[in-house]
Amino acid sequence: MAIKTNLQAVRDTLMEIMERNPNVVVMGEDVGPRGGVFRATQGLYERFGPDRVIDTPLAELSIVAVGIGMALNGFHPICEIQFADFIFPAFNQIVNEAARFRYRSNGAWPVPMMIRAPYGGGVSGGLYHSQSVEAFFTHVPGLYVLAPSTPYDIVGLMRTAVQAPDPVLFFEHKRLYGLVKGEVPDEYYEIPIGEADVKRPGDDITVVSYGLALHEAIKAADRLAAETGTDAEVIDLRTLAPLDLDTIYASVRKTGKVLIVYEDNLTGGWGAEIAARIAEEMFEWLDAPVMRYAGPDVPAMPYSPPLEKWFLPTADKIAAKMRELAEY
Amino acid sequence: MAILVPMPQLGESVVEGTVSRWLKKEGERVEKLEPLLEVSTEKVDTEVPAPASGVLLKIIVPEGETVEAGTVIAVIGQPGEQLPPNIPQKVDLHAVGAHELVASEPPQPPAAAPAPEQTPPAGEQERARRPRRVSPVVARMAAEYGIDLSKVPGTGKGGRVTKKDLLRYIETMRKEQAAEPAPAPAEELPPWEQPGSGELFKPSEWEPEPPKKPEPPREPPAPPQPTRPSPAPAARPDEEEVVPLSRMRKAIAEHMTRSVLTSPRAATFMEADLSRVLAHREKHKAAFARQGVRLTLTAYFIMATVAGLKAVPEANAVFREDAIVLKRRYHIGMAVAVPDGLVVPVIRDADEYSLLGLARKVNEVAERARAGKLLPDEVSGSTFSITNHGVFGSLFGLPIINQPNVGILGFGALQKRVVVINDAIAIRPMIYLSFVFDHRVLDGANADKFLATVKRTLEEWPEE
Repeated sequence: MAIKTNLQAVRDTLMEIMERNPNVVVMGEDVGPRGGVFRATQGLYERFGPDRVIDTPLAELSIVAVGIGMALNGFHPICEIQFADFIFPAFNQIVNEAARFRYRSNGAWPVPMMIRAPYGGGVSGGLYHSQSVEAFFTHVPGLYVLAPSTPYDIVGLMRTAVQAPDPVLFFEHKRLYGLVKGEVPDEYYEIPIGEADVKRPGDDITVVSYGLALHEAIKAADRLAAETGTDAEVIDLRTLAPLDLDTIYASVRKTGKVLIVYEDNLTGGWGAEIAARIAEEMFEWLDAPVMRYAGPDVPAMPYSPPLEKWFLPTADKIAAKMRELAEY
Repeated sequence: MAILVPMPQLGESVVEGTVSRWLKKEGERVEKLEPLLEVSTEKVDTEVPAPASGVLLKIIVPEGETVEAGTVIAVIGQPGEQLPPNIPQKVDLHAVGAHELVASEPPQPPAAAPAPEQTPPAGEQERARRPRRVSPVVARMAAEYGIDLSKVPGTGKGGRVTKKDLLRYIETMRKEQAAEPAPAPAEELPPWEQPGSGELFKPSEWEPEPPKKPEPPREPPAPPQPTRPSPAPAARPDEEEVVPLSRMRKAIAEHMTRSVLTSPRAATFMEADLSRVLAHREKHKAAFARQGVRLTLTAYFIMATVAGLKAVPEANAVFREDAIVLKRRYHIGMAVAVPDGLVVPVIRDADEYSLLGLARKVNEVAERARAGKLLPDEVSGSTFSITNHGVFGSLFGLPIINQPNVGILGFGALQKRVVVINDAIAIRPMIYLSFVFDHRVLDGANADKFLATVKRTLEEWPEE
């Protein structure tokens, strides 16, 4: 059992996957000799050479488009978008091509590829290096969207993701890269796509989250339990699409009260869909309105540290919302 | 303090009533709950009891007049009390304490300024009048357990009754009731009926308990005794054995008796040719098994049942004194034998499942039923029930209706039988369908339509 950071988990699993699967190539901006801006691909170039670890031009459209072409020709590309904020030039390729190719060809042409993208704020990255872009993609049928938030989950899900026959968006919260440490078993294991995980069991309220917000929510739940005795169950979605509604519903049946926390701005965030599902299918189990706590609806994460903190769902703010829900 | 007597609402859809006869005169003494007047509506004629003891101060609505429910029709007060000047025309029947009109007790300077102590109760009345906010889960649970929410202390925002408050209240009630041996009123553990065990409801390795009832008679069977255990001069211990009722046995006994006393039962039978169902099952069994699902006939039965219910909505209903409530969701109860008796887990929204989903659900629910791991919610809320009594070879049966359903459909033993098709003799796998229904709701014609739809669905099962 080794203790790893989220970043080490990514790096080691990429190494392992490339070792085991000769069809896998890694491509992206600075992923080669430089080892990526976050050092997530460090060592891959030295180990596997320029044919399998490809430095690309600064053109996300082509990173994904070339990836799609390789996927259709027997490779399993892992494309890195240096910051999720830069994914939009590739949006058309992902949504109009990758997500639909199998459907369009009546199942004949699946697109097995993975697109890794560091997302989220809390690193003083400002407008162009802090965004949460997952909701743009969870909306699109044909894509798997993963957002694991611990080393254990990153390793297990990445191993599964690289076996998926369809495009997978693999979002890694950049603030958590070095912040979160956790145990990773030496034995090989996988985590199925589409399974949420109860990170903190509890009976009083349900909190659904992922990413940095998840870790803040757990902190908030511990604090709340100590202060008021309210015991919150915190669910880590891990996979955003497809949603593990069973796990969410089981918890809602138990608690009757649910709060969804996400870092993306409130309106139209992925939590909105979760809230809608719960309202529709769990109505008779609800003991309080379905609540959300999310980033404010401002155009982007501010650069100024105090304003960035104002934007982020921190434990204090989540705890206040949890208290409001518990008291309802 | 004067008490207002409003026209009662005598049923959900009844909005007005006619005073047919006053049984008391003005100035006459009345006791609480003593009949005060007779009221007739388009549906019922009934006596209305006095809401309080006192003197009938004033009759406001004379005999023969029809007024809306809630209209104040009389005032009761204390002897010598003067008629309060501020009698409202109507009261809200659902508001707590709304009928108590605080009036000039000993004649006080009227109207001028309300006595100071009058203000707080008025404020409270105002609060009581406001509808209490009830969350969906609390509303549902209160209905399921038959709880008057106004009695439950609320700790939520603004005194709202939370789910926890309600659970606590139910727990206390339960403890109180445990003291007396009375049956729990709304205990929703609706097992009913006879064993539904066998291939369809359990894996074959599960051995049914040896039939309990026909115990090797050591003696000529004891004459039916009143439910009390043996009376004072007890039989010698070696002559008989007293098996105390388990909780489940007790619940089953109670439910069976109640059901028979509740529903006037009628039955109808049909025969169905399962050739196509069996062919379909044979064809897909392996594919299902690859997905870890044992394709039971029960899944087909449930699908066919739902088709029948959709054709005859009255069969998916609840009978109420004043109405028949047609259920728009299809929650199918299915009998599962368990070591101590049987339970009826409910497959919710059975109409929304594919055959694969249904088969998976049936397996899973039956599994958990036998493991005793069903959630309370999974054994309540059925809108219709089925039983598969054919597994011991029973051809047809008269199962007892699982209350508050209006029917139960029994599936008999599958047998190859000789049938005549187009004037030729053929051998076909046949079963009898036994449909017991509540004649208050269904008549022969629509009961048969239901059954015929089930039969047709089974017989015309698509090939693919």
